[in-house]
Amino acid sequence: MSTEYAIVGGGVVGLSLAWGLLKRGCRVLVLDGGDGGLRASRGNFGLVWVQGKGLDQPAYARWSQRSAKAWGDFAAELGEATGTDLCLHQQGGYDFHFSEETLEARVAQYRALRPHLAQYPFEVLGPNALKAEEPHIGPGVAGAILHHQDGHVNPLRLLQALAADVRRLGGKVLTGKHVSDIAPGDGFTLTCADGTVFRAAKVVLAAGLGARDLGPKLGFVAPVRPQRGQVLVTEKLPRLLNRPSGIIRQVNEGGIQIGDSKEEVGLDDSVTLKGIAAIAVRAVRVCPALARAQIVRSWGALRILTPDGLPIYQQSPQAHGAFLVTCHSGITLAAAHARFLPDWLEGADIPNLETFSEKRFSISRD
Amino acid sequence: MGDVDFLIIGAGPAGMAAAAQAARLGMSTAILDEQPAPGGQIYRGVEVAGPVRGRILGKDFLNGVQLAQGVRHAGIRYIPGATVWKAEAGGSVAYSVEGAARTIRGRRLLLATGALERPVPLPGWTLPGVMTVGAAQILLKQSGVVPRRAVIAGSGPLLYLVAAQMVRAGRPPLALVETPERRDLLRALRHLGGALRGWRYMAKGVGWFAELARAGVPRYRSATELRIEGTDKAEALSFVAGGRNRCIACETVLLHEGVVPNTQASRAMNLPHHWDAGQRCFVPDHDVWGQTAEPRVYVAGDGAGIGGAQAAEQAGCLAALHAAAALGHIGNDERDRRGARHLRRLAREMAARPFLEAAYPPGMQTRAPADDTIVCRCEEVTAGDIRRHAALGCRGPNQAKAFGRAGMGPCQGRYCGLTVTGLLAAQTGQTPAETGYYRIRPPLKPITVAELAALEPDPGENT
Amino acid sequence: MKKDFPFQEIDPDGPRVAVRFDGAVYDLPEGANLAAALLVAGVRAFRATPISGAPRAPFCMMGACYDCLVRIDGVVRQACMTRVQAGMEIERAPAREVPHG
Repeated sequence: MSTEYAIVGGGVVGLSLAWGLLKRGCRVLVLDGGDGGLRASRGNFGLVWVQGKGLDQPAYARWSQRSAKAWGDFAAELGEATGTDLCLHQQGGYDFHFSEETLEARVAQYRALRPHLAQYPFEVLGPNALKAEEPHIGPGVAGAILHHQDGHVNPLRLLQALAADVRRLGGKVLTGKHVSDIAPGDGFTLTCADGTVFRAAKVVLAAGLGARDLGPKLGFVAPVRPQRGQVLVTEKLPRLLNRPSGIIRQVNEGGIQIGDSKEEVGLDDSVTLKGIAAIAVRAVRVCPALARAQIVRSWGALRILTPDGLPIYQQSPQAHGAFLVTCHSGITLAAAHARFLPDWLEGADIPNLETFSEKRFSISRD
Repeated sequence: MGDVDFLIIGAGPAGMAAAAQAARLGMSTAILDEQPAPGGQIYRGVEVAGPVRGRILGKDFLNGVQLAQGVRHAGIRYIPGATVWKAEAGGSVAYSVEGAARTIRGRRLLLATGALERPVPLPGWTLPGVMTVGAAQILLKQSGVVPRRAVIAGSGPLLYLVAAQMVRAGRPPLALVETPERRDLLRALRHLGGALRGWRYMAKGVGWFAELARAGVPRYRSATELRIEGTDKAEALSFVAGGRNRCIACETVLLHEGVVPNTQASRAMNLPHHWDAGQRCFVPDHDVWGQTAEPRVYVAGDGAGIGGAQAAEQAGCLAALHAAAALGHIGNDERDRRGARHLRRLAREMAARPFLEAAYPPGMQTRAPADDTIVCRCEEVTAGDIRRHAALGCRGPNQAKAFGRAGMGPCQGRYCGLTVTGLLAAQTGQTPAETGYYRIRPPLKPITVAELAALEPDPGENT
Repeated sequence: MKKDFPFQEIDPDGPRVAVRFDGAVYDLPEGANLAAALLVAGVRAFRATPISGAPRAPFCMMGACYDCLVRIDGVVRQACMTRVQAGMEIERAPAREVPHG
């Protein structure tokens, strides 16, 4: 079996790329893993987020802004094609602070970044202004930064809509395929754990943490590591929050989603008592009305982090036609991955994309 | 707070017998149970209900009186009204009593979490007025409450027992609508040898049938196309039997398709489970003592595979013996000597199971529900939704859960999990074992944010 | 008390206490299982689902199905896992407005 592109990984990143390539008329095969795999696409927080991104690297802030801006059209097109409301809302989002010191420090960082960008529309809300916007926010919150380019989406509907539309557009998606080997040579030969073999002219590694094993076979360093986040979800509630924040948001079905921890614990995606209790404490501080809400679910999921937290977009220096795409913001960047990044895969230039080359790590390490 | 040698979750027959055995062997023992009184579901409220409703509920029910008394023992810390919402392989357990969360640790942990009734996804099964046969029996045991105009439908010995109890309570069911086909019984006959070893069960069955016949309760066999009629409440059960469409007006429809292990806690610990083809359900892997893949964790009773109350007692004792030996309270010789007796009884109790499993399988209609039938009651996901998810590449229930929210509600998949596994397996051609089951996470039962927040440890305290 | 409700107690006896369910006062057996007591008192729908608004009532009676959820003194609880106490304020969970479109 031979195809033009084989994409390893059928999460949001892989499917976004597949969707974009199919729209450009390419033939695409997506090889996706099993039901029990570590899947950031099922465990993420659902933010389409700009603020705080790229504080030390304006190119990343710009890339996030560009994706956030493209999200509206992307969601509309994908939603219409699949009959899915992705519940995208981009009316701004908050960064809550429990002390004025941390708030001011953050604002200083945003001010330093702003001159490097065309725009960076944020405002600082003190307790009273915040109360007017969000009546249920508690007195423990000293203030918030409201950034108008932020928003959120239903990430599971995004995943499902991509899975449906990639197939509708003629993409071949095979699940239960754990790719165990990729060998370059007149294109690429991909071998799966179940013994099946596929051939492709080009290969895109969008396998999340799986890139650690597969990347070196194609000449990539793929310096990604897992970082656990734990999340709680309450019973479905009437509207309590108007806008999302990095640690709490009300999802379209009504549940309040609360997170998210940042833990360096390897491949352990379990939920710990200590972890969720700490999240619960913070939730009540932010929104005291949540104290009596029932927690219905919790989960742990693993972020895919690079050493500097930025994405890696890298063409293999050794195997022509092999690409590595990995990031920890697959939802925010889904629009960019669907709309813009396929141009790069097809050989076009994207300004400043070399910022996200993995060469940046080998240089600093050497 | 505090450690005990032997911590038991569940005060049904397995948990009660295990607690009594453990205490006799000198282990400090604690038993956490959700109900206000010991008994589990089979002996629900037995201390109170036994004396006043013993005639209706029958002699087997009264077996529970002594077991319950065994829990009221000085060496046993019995903690009623305790909802366990997190259990860890290391023996730590978090639970809540009256809205206050606590933790406790057992050096050995026994999951005696019993059974759940198998999901019964039929058209209309979410309507008010539809409940499980087990629910009706619980109403009778704990509360002395009976439905006035009820139809009983489905498969399994519990149908006949509860029907007989309703007859004795003066409110016989309007009808028994039975889904097993004649060929199920024929298939079951090859297990008759085992059934005769468990002849007591057979004798009981004969007695129930006689009671129902005397009371004139009509029985419809090989029923298909069951449907609960009504828009905002159950008004009738319609079905096809004997080649005719039938419709029985009623207020209450009681459904039952057998029982399956409640594996929420063992799943949440990521213990390995296997598919039991005879019982058509997942069972946590364990040895004859009930020891699981985590050496400190045991399973016993119906939660370790359906065997009924008598088998559960024996399994509970075996787990307690093994744990006592592991902690040095008795030697392995004594463990094996005492254990042999329980193993013999257990084997006798299990002898009738293959016959019962073959004679009373869950009906085809609930194993392969029609597209428009709701399978996930909490999130109102239909069988057709699950089949569509399979067509989008979902090979297992976790991706299907992400795609359509099945299993995300407060019941955490208890009443849709096996159905979703079955539907996906049928669509993908995989076995149920390959298809797998939901990844269960804490809280096993919902708790409030404040309850959880109150556990935020002071620096340096517990897990 | 009306006698034609779907469920009946075999032996009604023992002290009763007043609780309020959706504004109406019910005399229920003190300490009884709340779900059982409400069924006997003629309550048919305990809640409406937050998704389609469909009515639901006790299904499993053993704390597993969550279809008997009611709001008691402001907290959502399972009626089948709750004992009747004097003065309980019980509501059907309010029909939920969808937070976001």
